Amino acid sequence: MSVRDWPIKRRLTAILVSISGLVLLLTSAAFAGYQYWSLRQTTRDALSVRGRIIAANSTASLAFSNEAGARELLAALRADPHIVAAVLYDKVGHVFAAYPADVAGNAVPAAPGPDGYRFERGRLIGFQPVEEAGSQRLGTLYLASDLEAVYDTLRLSVVIGLAVMGVALLAAYLLSMVLQGTISQPILALAETAKAVSTRQDYSVRAPKLGEDELGALTDAFNQMLGRIEDQKDELQRHAADLERRVEERTHELQERNESLRRNAAELLAANTELDAFAYSVSHDLRAPLRSIDGFSQVLLEDYAAQLDEAGRESLHRVRAASQRMGTLIDDLLKLARVTRAEMRTEDVDLSGMARDIASELQRAAPERQVEFAIAAGLKARGDARLLRVALDNLLRNSWKYTAKRPGARVEFASVDANGGQAFAIRDNGAGFDMKYADKLFGVFQRLHSAAEFEGTGVGLATVRRIINRHGGRIWAEGAVDQGATFYFTL
Amino acid sequence: MNPGKILLVEDNPDDVALTLRALKSHNITNDVVVAEDGAQALDYLFGTAGKSPAEKELPAVVLLDLKLPKVNGMEVLQRIRASEGTRLLPVVILTSSDEERDVIEGYSLGANSYVRKPVDFVEFTQAAKQLGLYWLLMNRAPPVPRRP
Repeated sequence: MSVRDWPIKRRLTAILVSISGLVLLLTSAAFAGYQYWSLRQTTRDALSVRGRIIAANSTASLAFSNEAGARELLAALRADPHIVAAVLYDKVGHVFAAYPADVAGNAVPAAPGPDGYRFERGRLIGFQPVEEAGSQRLGTLYLASDLEAVYDTLRLSVVIGLAVMGVALLAAYLLSMVLQGTISQPILALAETAKAVSTRQDYSVRAPKLGEDELGALTDAFNQMLGRIEDQKDELQRHAADLERRVEERTHELQERNESLRRNAAELLAANTELDAFAYSVSHDLRAPLRSIDGFSQVLLEDYAAQLDEAGRESLHRVRAASQRMGTLIDDLLKLARVTRAEMRTEDVDLSGMARDIASELQRAAPERQVEFAIAAGLKARGDARLLRVALDNLLRNSWKYTAKRPGARVEFASVDANGGQAFAIRDNGAGFDMKYADKLFGVFQRLHSAAEFEGTGVGLATVRRIINRHGGRIWAEGAVDQGATFYFTL
Repeated sequence: MNPGKILLVEDNPDDVALTLRALKSHNITNDVVVAEDGAQALDYLFGTAGKSPAEKELPAVVLLDLKLPKVNGMEVLQRIRASEGTRLLPVVILTSSDEERDVIEGYSLGANSYVRKPVDFVEFTQAAKQLGLYWLLMNRAPPVPRRP
């Protein structure tokens, strides 16, 4: 485990202890160095003092070559166990006296070295000139001292230093154990909180604040951030719930609408089926009695004409005409119903061609009539060809009918612009109509002319409107009495 | 004139009377057998249990109404076309309606013609005349299959 992976507590303790240890070590080293240096100084000064005293005392022995006195003098050095050797040299540099007496000749210099005190090979040595005050030099004193005193003191210092350091480090460790908590605890609390947030996704927890320092500020910021996240999460949840509720509402609405559509479709289907059955029944059953009325009236006219007077015959003719009109009416109504029921097949339809066909059909049926047809070329639409043919047939037939009394009759079929879109127009110069009845034109059984004026059942335009409506289009008319009429439709 | 019979399948007595009158007025004197509903028509053509077919000879043409009690016209037509003996028998649907689906179904089931009865009796007489002329005089009837 690298130091970086250590728990923060241990790292803080380690930092504090190592810093105090280093400081103590440096301090102790400096102190020891200084003590070593000052001890050496002191030792050298002491030796030099001692040298000067002995040198002063040995002037007489040297001046009078009193060897025994000199030896005695040197022997007094016994009192100092650190003096390992002492030699007194005469004026020419020969050994005059030595201490201790049995010192080996090679253990002491054979001749005096330069004056002064110095450390040499673990010893302190010194050459002290021996002079009589104000006279010439008598000789040289050599002193050699070991450094045990210095080392003893140093050893003691080191022991004391180590002891102090040990106690100090222990104190530092204990103190750091206590003090690191002020830093590590808020951090650990933060870490604990962050862990709780990330594992439980619980943004409601808060890190405890343990002080007003930077860590306190960090804890505050962290808690604030948690608060904001919690708020945002709540808001998000509210939005999600709201969204879900709205989706549910819409779904429900849609389901209801679907249901109602389905019901409507079913109702429509039922209504259509009923209408179908009704129309079928009408088609079969309603015409049969008419046929009997017409047929037996004719039988009367043929077989009993002699027994009837003119009025009687006229009545029977009226009965026949009425039943035939009713037959036509039933047929027209059935057509209207069929237009409503018929399935739409959308395709491209050539309206111009269709109109030309119808026009020539009309012309063939009544070759005596002079009607000018102006049919624009290339009119096309998308729709059900059969239904559109029924519509065009009705409209053109209408124009044909209502121009019957007009010399120079003219029927026009063209494309016009209506509110920016395309509309088709069928225009004639026939009987026309009064615009105040325009809204009645397209109603079933609505007629603006008497049967005597113009024949008709009042179903044709209703049929046309239904066809146009089934195509999603619109139909309207403009006209004036005796000024002709124009029928517009869009698809 | 072709001595073949006409089988008129028609439930409305007025229509029967008018049809007979229309045929007669154009000198179509063939025997007309009237069946008042689909069941009677089938009885006439195929016989019923315990009864042999009334005639050994098939009619020259069947004038068939569609809306009939008991067995309707389409069913009668189906039975005629399904049976080996009557498969080729000329059948003219003569009815009030010209509903498209009736026309389509009639021809699909093998009707030879589809004629809608006009309300106008004069037109109706004309139609009857044309039918008689065509089916009894002009048309060469299919060979009569031997009956078992």
